[in-house]
Amino acid sequence: MAAATDTASNANAQQLVLEREPLVLNNRSFSWITNRICGIVENRQPLGWWFLFLPSVLLTGVMVFCFAYLIVTGVGVWGQKQPVDWAWDITNFVFWIGIGHAGTLISAILFLTRQKWRTSVNRAAEAMTIFAVMCAGLFPAFHVGRVWMVWFLAPIPNANAIWQNFKSPLLWDVFAVSTYFTVSLIFWFLGLVPDLATLRDRCKPGIRKALYGIFSLGWRGSNRHWSHYETAYMLLAALSTPLVLSVHSVVSFDFATSVVPGWHATIFPPYFVAGAIFGGFAMVLTLMIPVRKIYGLQDLITMKHIDNMAKIILLTGTIVGYAYCMEFFMAYYGANPFELQTFKLRALHGPSVWYYYAMFFCNVFAPQVFWFKRFRQSLLAVFIVSNFVNAGMWYERYVIIVTTLERHLTPGSWRTFDATWVDNWTFIGTFGFFMMLFLLFLRFLPVIAIGEVKGVKPEADPHYGESHDRGLQEAEVMGETDSEILASQKAAPAH
Amino acid sequence: MSNLKRVHGYLAEFDNAQDLYHAAEHIRDAGYQRWDCHTPFPVHGLDGAMGVSRSKLPWLVFFGGMTGTITAFVLQTITQTNFWRDNMGMGFLQKLVETYPTVVQSKPTGIWTLPAFFPVMFELTILFSAFTVLFGLLALIGLPRLNHPLFTSKKFAKFSDDGFLICIEARDPKFAQQGTRDLLEKVGAKNIELVEDDI
Repeated sequence: MAAATDTASNANAQQLVLEREPLVLNNRSFSWITNRICGIVENRQPLGWWFLFLPSVLLTGVMVFCFAYLIVTGVGVWGQKQPVDWAWDITNFVFWIGIGHAGTLISAILFLTRQKWRTSVNRAAEAMTIFAVMCAGLFPAFHVGRVWMVWFLAPIPNANAIWQNFKSPLLWDVFAVSTYFTVSLIFWFLGLVPDLATLRDRCKPGIRKALYGIFSLGWRGSNRHWSHYETAYMLLAALSTPLVLSVHSVVSFDFATSVVPGWHATIFPPYFVAGAIFGGFAMVLTLMIPVRKIYGLQDLITMKHIDNMAKIILLTGTIVGYAYCMEFFMAYYGANPFELQTFKLRALHGPSVWYYYAMFFCNVFAPQVFWFKRFRQSLLAVFIVSNFVNAGMWYERYVIIVTTLERHLTPGSWRTFDATWVDNWTFIGTFGFFMMLFLLFLRFLPVIAIGEVKGVKPEADPHYGESHDRGLQEAEVMGETDSEILASQKAAPAH
Repeated sequence: MSNLKRVHGYLAEFDNAQDLYHAAEHIRDAGYQRWDCHTPFPVHGLDGAMGVSRSKLPWLVFFGGMTGTITAFVLQTITQTNFWRDNMGMGFLQKLVETYPTVVQSKPTGIWTLPAFFPVMFELTILFSAFTVLFGLLALIGLPRLNHPLFTSKKFAKFSDDGFLICIEARDPKFAQQGTRDLLEKVGAKNIELVEDDI
């Protein structure tokens, strides 16, 4: 069989290779890509933008009001009481932080693994990361109660010369999240520079041009700059990859390093990271499916992209499902009666069991439809499943945090958690804040990395269209004769 | 403002990345030093075609990252342990920052509590590295700057859309008003323009 393949002609061998699906459909030109993406920023926004923007601003106002109310009244306006000291605030914090992870995965890990399809979605996903981390940071900052004392988190000694406890996972979290935010911002900004230059070059002189000019740093697309730039981009990707894995690991340490049954589990770091990527991709799809439709980006964010992301959701969702089951198995097999009791209460006869089933259904069962291509190819199905996952990931954090604390070690102190209206509206408000930032991003910045998408088109390859023999044009310039060209062709190794 | 102008160099346009790539090889072989390609995206392999050497940025970032690791190590060991006083004979360091090592969960105050410091050491390594990437890059490429002679050319703005441009600067020792133009024409350039800058 092997011999037969060897002797088969080249032409036959080539027929066996399937054509790769193009990343940019309809063979759009470079300038089409520029016009389409810059057009979003330069033209009037569609009506749908305003329909989303105004409620988002309103909800942001609600969020500000809720936080103001908390400041003037006290942290007790939230529903947490002993023993449930962490409730929606930390749930929301972990939820938002997790959402950010897909952005970094797309921008860093898929970059290192040379997944070229990332170029159409990485910009929006990175923006989503930054906005999600901003939402996340609000909750612990206000949960400290006296928010004006939040500088105690920074590594500065207080008035009694007492430093922070660097051995505490909560302080690790401060470092992890602030580093994550800063590095994501640098990565995002660096990626934006060439595209801001594109916007600058298309603007009429004025305030917009000046601002795009300043933020594009005077970028000239120089290859001597690109050379350093690509190295810098690669380095940031290589730095962000362990960073993103560390951030949610450190978040999970907040729980895993405690001795609370239900939290004290070694599976937490990988389980949290998989969950974060899972939830983040769901949010990317939730945002990008409408965006590609409203702004006509179907040629750039193709069904192939949606398909790939659905597959990642399937994979990470299944990992998360494995983690849920393994947690249960360890509770049973670990022979720790407290651990086992926690899980029994969580899933069988505790006060919040329906949260557990909602979590299990949304995160483990719903994504299983993505085994089938017709569901991955249906925008409606992908959108619905993504929203199940968005909800499911919130339930997951609620289950881990609240249902555990509701039934703490001492039955005498058991108490069921009830969320207050401030809990509800603060959380809903952060969605408004997140959407407002994302819509402003759509309005003022290129939603797709223009330069990077151009770079993955086949014409971007400097050897595109050249057959294996050397280009005639080049040979003519070099003054080579026909016989020399023939000789060089013969010398070249056969493919 | 005088009417005098200074020649910045020739700006030449190419149809596509392939033409630009081959032209770059010829300009490199002709021995030019101060010239550059301007493209909407990084063209792979163009560094070799231009004879540009690898970026030194990773070295800067390595040292930036190490600074972060050491900063985090020193910060945490000074404020949380007696390591500098007991093992290094540098008690004055602790006096300098007035610390009382926080003893919680009866963790040791010596160097053996080090693993608890790894997360912050890791995070600061990444943070310092990322800042070094950003500022190191800006230093290496000489940006940001508010203007550049090339922006006087109307054609130059095409680089950020679909233009593939080469600029050979007048300060190159091999630059000659006619000879350079001839070379550009020979390698297939279109719309060759002499870019002049106000003095």
